[in-house]
Amino acid sequence: MSEQTQRQAYWKANLKLVALCLSIWFVVSYLFGIILVDQLNVISIGGYRLGFWFAQQGSMYIFVVLIFFYANRIGKIDRKFNVHED
Amino acid sequence: MDLKTLTFLVVGATFALYIGIAIWARASTTKEFYVAGTGVHPIANGMATAADWMSAASFISMAGLIAFMGYDASVYLMGWTGGYVLLALLLAPYLRKFGKFTVSEFIGERYYSKAARMVAVICLIVASITYVIGQMKGVGVAFSRFLEVDFHTGVFVGMTIVFIYAVMGGMKGITYTQIAQYCVLIFAYTVPAIFISLNLTGNPIPQLGLGSSMADGSGMALLDKLDMIVTDLGFAAYTAQKMSTMNMFLLTLSLMIGTAGLPHVIMRFFTVPKVADARTSAGWALVFIAILYTTAPAVGAMARLNLMNTIQSGEVGAVEGNMVYADRPSWFKSWETTGLLKFEDKNGDGRVQYYNDKNEAFAAKAAGFGWQGNEMVKVDRDIMVLANPEVANLPNWVIALVAAGGLAAALSTAAGLLLAISTAISHDVIKGMISPGISEKKELLASRIAMAGAIVVAGYLGMNPPGFAAQVVALAFGLAASSIFPALMMGIFNKNMDDKGAIVGMLVGLLSTLLYIFWFKGWFFIPGTAMAANTPDNWFMGISPEAFGAVGAMLNFAAAYVVSKITPPPPEHIQHLVEDIRVPMGAAKAAADH
Repeated sequence: MSEQTQRQAYWKANLKLVALCLSIWFVVSYLFGIILVDQLNVISIGGYRLGFWFAQQGSMYIFVVLIFFYANRIGKIDRKFNVHED
Repeated sequence: MDLKTLTFLVVGATFALYIGIAIWARASTTKEFYVAGTGVHPIANGMATAADWMSAASFISMAGLIAFMGYDASVYLMGWTGGYVLLALLLAPYLRKFGKFTVSEFIGERYYSKAARMVAVICLIVASITYVIGQMKGVGVAFSRFLEVDFHTGVFVGMTIVFIYAVMGGMKGITYTQIAQYCVLIFAYTVPAIFISLNLTGNPIPQLGLGSSMADGSGMALLDKLDMIVTDLGFAAYTAQKMSTMNMFLLTLSLMIGTAGLPHVIMRFFTVPKVADARTSAGWALVFIAILYTTAPAVGAMARLNLMNTIQSGEVGAVEGNMVYADRPSWFKSWETTGLLKFEDKNGDGRVQYYNDKNEAFAAKAAGFGWQGNEMVKVDRDIMVLANPEVANLPNWVIALVAAGGLAAALSTAAGLLLAISTAISHDVIKGMISPGISEKKELLASRIAMAGAIVVAGYLGMNPPGFAAQVVALAFGLAASSIFPALMMGIFNKNMDDKGAIVGMLVGLLSTLLYIFWFKGWFFIPGTAMAANTPDNWFMGISPEAFGAVGAMLNFAAAYVVSKITPPPPEHIQHLVEDIRVPMGAAKAAADH
């Protein structure tokens, strides 16, 4: 593979990963925390209603996990396509 | 030892620490001054970013907002944290790879246009000054409440401290001071929260306590109990949604992309050694931010519960159900003297009735109890966090610590913003536009002078805040969301975006957002010049002015795309530049090319 096509393949793989992560980002905050909040509030975990928990707790925990997940995966992709830092 | 002496000691000790760090971390080159020599470890940078981001508003006001808005305040929790996901995935690593000092510099080079850089500089300075006014005001308030000195003296002392470490150390001094400030503020925030959670639910972790049952023997979940207490007094249920779904959605989105577009946040990611570090650094920043942001909902709900329970100590409607004013606790008295808590005995029974008299059905019922209107005529939201340790009967050193924490939050944010302003002036305006041939030594001097000037202006505005200080925060986020974020994102993800598309897009986003905010809040916030009353009925599709930034950003993307399609693509070397920033390889070299 030439350097040019390798870089293009890398960028495609990156965009796919970003799309996956941002879908999760959207689902836990906008979908679970706002749009479907009433439907999820029917379910309780401990003293929390699920929709409320996503809006005030869960979404933030998942955001943190998402960033490290992305950093870890893209690090592997960097090396696979040989575009990593020295 | 009395509270005042103790507070002086604790606050004095933290100030001595900040200045000590400043002397140790002096900056000797522009690279150290602007980006701390790009040698900051990602965890350290994450902690500094968290302190930079969490302002006096996060520390003092947010829990109060949550206490009174309940579920609706989720927009702030998600909005001010979700932006870091966008930063880590869409902006930070690429801007670090680009390897320059400022956001405007990236926009100027990527769009090969001084006009684009100028638009970015203006947005940056307006957004930062807006913000810094609030911080200086926060410093003054914290000083005057806890040290019983004059408000102006408080602002002046705060200015002097920031002056010493920011002018001397630049980004390097600020970064290391912010790490210390983070430790002070997070300790001060969580200690009272742990005690209160333990007290109410028996669970020492506030995040779990909020979802636990009450320890009062009722076995009821805390949130259910809170819902019951507030609805019994005619207020809307705590966990219920009051804002429209559309507005919640757009407000959250505006705050998220606004966060990702605020220059003082983005520039933190120029300070790490590698591209990979920029990604993890955003993650660490969010870890440290989330510690406070996930505690805040517990603090808010528990403070509301304590407040309601103190006043309505028994059954609603029974005479002895309400607190006797003469027996009020000491924290009630001390906040009354500040004027932030106000009681008026409307029915003259010597007891306090706190209920929602705007709720007609309940007001009629209350009249049957002999209540003649809500008697807590003022309950300022900002006292929630500050009064917390007193409400929970915690020792004086905890109260002193909260004062130091509030000051740390305000000072760290102020320093970050001042650096963003002075960098914009010395690097973007002086070196980038007026005299490109300036020597490093002179540029360093210019940035120190700019910093000193910015501190004086910020201090002046903090002492004489324009009447619209609270309104302009919406403006700062609106500007960042509608102009800066889309321009940066398209610069990285759309190779064919050209100078004309980007400039038209930024202007469309900027002007539409400004127009919408001014339409409902008055031209330049001058009272009486609003074109329509700022009420949900008048808003376009029910979108509040604060939430319009997301719409402005969409207009920006659309306009830029259309213009870039009908104008020639950017030159070859720009397309190569974009290809180059998309891969991490060679970041060390890019940074060395300054």
